[in-house]
Amino acid sequence: MTVGLPHFLTVGALLFSLGIFAMMTRRNAVALLMGVELILNGANVNFVAVARYVDGGVDGHLMAAFVIVLAAAEAAVGLAIVLAMFRNFGTADVNAVDSLKR
Amino acid sequence: MLSENSILWTALSILLLPLLSYAIIFFFGKKLPRKGDWVGVSLLFVSWVQALRIFFAFWQKGDPQWRVEGSVPWLKVGDFVADAGILVDGTTAVMLVVVTTVSMLVHLFSTGYMHGDRRYERFFAFLGFFTFSMMGIVLSNSLLFLYIFWELVGLASYLLIGFFFHKHSAANANKKAFLTNRVGDFGFFMGIMIFFTAYGTFNYMELFAQMQTAPLTGALLTWAGVGLFMGCVGKSAQAPLHIWLPDAMEGPTPVSALIHAATMVAAGVYMVARLQPLFDPQALLVVAYVGSITAFMAATIAVVKTDIKKSLAYSTISQLGYMVMAIGVGAAGAGMFHLWTHAFFKALLFLGSGSVIHAVHTQEMPLMGGLRKKMPITYATFLIATIAIAGVPFFSGFYSKDAILAGALAFGWTEGHMLPFILGMAAAAFTAFYMFRMLFLTFHGKPRDEERFHHAHESPFSMAFPLVFLSVLAIGSAGWQGPTDGWFGKFVAPYDLTAIAAEHGGAHAAADAHHAEADHAAVESHGGGEGEAHGDAHAADAHAAPAHGDAHGETHADAAHGGHDDHHDVHHKAHVTAMFMSIAVAGLAILMSWLVYMRGLIDTERFKARLAPVHTVLQNMYFFDELYAATVYRFTLWFSWLNAAFDRTVIDGIVNGFGYLTRVVSWFAGQVDRFGVDGLVNGVGAVVQFAGEGVRRVHTGRIQTYLAYVSFSVLVLVLVFRAL
Repeated sequence: MTVGLPHFLTVGALLFSLGIFAMMTRRNAVALLMGVELILNGANVNFVAVARYVDGGVDGHLMAAFVIVLAAAEAAVGLAIVLAMFRNFGTADVNAVDSLKR
Repeated sequence: MLSENSILWTALSILLLPLLSYAIIFFFGKKLPRKGDWVGVSLLFVSWVQALRIFFAFWQKGDPQWRVEGSVPWLKVGDFVADAGILVDGTTAVMLVVVTTVSMLVHLFSTGYMHGDRRYERFFAFLGFFTFSMMGIVLSNSLLFLYIFWELVGLASYLLIGFFFHKHSAANANKKAFLTNRVGDFGFFMGIMIFFTAYGTFNYMELFAQMQTAPLTGALLTWAGVGLFMGCVGKSAQAPLHIWLPDAMEGPTPVSALIHAATMVAAGVYMVARLQPLFDPQALLVVAYVGSITAFMAATIAVVKTDIKKSLAYSTISQLGYMVMAIGVGAAGAGMFHLWTHAFFKALLFLGSGSVIHAVHTQEMPLMGGLRKKMPITYATFLIATIAIAGVPFFSGFYSKDAILAGALAFGWTEGHMLPFILGMAAAAFTAFYMFRMLFLTFHGKPRDEERFHHAHESPFSMAFPLVFLSVLAIGSAGWQGPTDGWFGKFVAPYDLTAIAAEHGGAHAAADAHHAEADHAAVESHGGGEGEAHGDAHAADAHAAPAHGDAHGETHADAAHGGHDDHHDVHHKAHVTAMFMSIAVAGLAILMSWLVYMRGLIDTERFKARLAPVHTVLQNMYFFDELYAATVYRFTLWFSWLNAAFDRTVIDGIVNGFGYLTRVVSWFAGQVDRFGVDGLVNGVGAVVQFAGEGVRRVHTGRIQTYLAYVSFSVLVLVLVFRAL
């Protein structure tokens, strides 16, 4: 059995779904950020796979590289927000931070 | 001799010094030593000296037609300019001396009489204010300022009558005086406005000049004159508006002497005498009758009054009646002369009575008696004044009263109106009788109240000095001469109307031959001694006659043209007759008084009982107050009630109706607001709130929820786009 495009797409979808699941179930903000990383990487797998099997150019690779840079930036900003949140509210639980609602 | 300019400035200083006294004492009196009474006395003394300077300037000039007039523009209304001016002539000079002399002496007397009063300084302030206002009347050269100062003396009189305002009777008396004067002033104002409408000026001399060139005619002129006279009736307490003067005796006695005997009440006489050219024969006839009736009526009332001040008040009314009558019968000079002499002896009588009241603390003569020994100075001066007013020869009152009676008799002979003379003669008899009654009851006989008699004492120097000073004037102020042949004729004489007309009116008067002729007659009767005043009054009638064209005026004119020699005879005869009659009448009355009150020849109680109806009428002052209570007061009350009812029903109805209407409209507006506008506003709010309630359930604030929404939505979108 050769490894083809569907296998890669399945892995990408699994990674994406696991990311969504993590974000929906976890309350810790850091865990949420980790979920985001999973989603982004799921997308990256799709980009690279499609580039390899369908397109044949470097467009997909390029896009993946962009996403990795973006993920790094996102992680930096996200962690900074989490840090500020923890400093202000004394917790990293995203559900506890709802002062705008009150 | 003073120049014309300095006369004006002197006159102005006489006017303003009392005002200064008022201002100083009113504002600083409490802080000054002796509460500032010396300010009033000394300023009035300066004023008096200034008045004497003017008096002697006129004495030296010796020309009754000499006038000094000066004015400044005061009020501009459109084209019309009202001037504030001073007019000084012989009459003014005489009045200045009267007012300043009496005012100064009253100031001095008050330092003793009012001693220890709680509002001592206020009293002197008011005296100064009154003197200022009175000077304004005397010095004014126009009807406008005459009226202004006329009201100011009314105010001063009001303030001083009610000086003891905590006394109910005093508070009522000043209201009565003020309101009664309003009635007279109403007519006065009407008269002034008639002349102003006709001639467009308030200035005396311009009015006189215009009267010569373009006289008012007929009834309008008569009514204008009667209107002016009404002012005199109110201010000089003539019947039927005399009712306020006896009540005015509630004021302090020095005030009675100054205002209600010597000066303010004489202002009416002064005004009519001064404005005599504005009165036509009919109006003067009214003047003569009102004056003579007042003189008689008040004299009879004075006989029964037991209150010494009330009795003197009626005596004043009676004497004022004389003066008014004198003007009415054409002897204005004699009237002014009587004003001059009367001011002194009547002020003396009032101050003397004040001295007595100060000593025995009552005004009731039945509680006095025998005070002669206790108060020799007061007695002697009171006696002199009594003799003077009774008309005994060689005392001042004799000459002036005699001149008036002579004028009245001549008027009776020439015009056929004998009533003024008869009433005047009867009043003279009553005057002599009641004055000696007063003297006997107060100073002679046995003390009827030992307690009061025991405490009685002679008054201090400040009160005795004015009495002595005035008693000298009471004897000699007439100068032992009549008003026209003596020194007084150099001060007061009828206006030379043609000269005034020529001066002010220009060519009209001079060109009129008739006027020139009449003037000729006037000048000749000037030479005629006693006939002077009357003769010129007739000449004035002759001026008026061509325009009037009435029978009365024509006779006057004829008399003036044809027979001034007859006139002279008539006046000479009248003078002699009146003189002997008045001496006889006064002598008899004094004798009667002596027999009744000293010898007890007639029992007054039995006499009173026999003449009970007459006594009742006199005791109640001819029921004038009751008459007014029954007519004027009741009408006023009824009319007020009517107005009140109108107010209550119609005016209140309209006002309340508008209120009700507003309430109804407001209610509707309120409903619209409540349901329409508020509904809209609340509705918007409610919708927003409802929407918020719904939306707020979606916004949980939990990231997981949002993520679920997003995922779900993406799934939905994917499915939808797949289906496409």
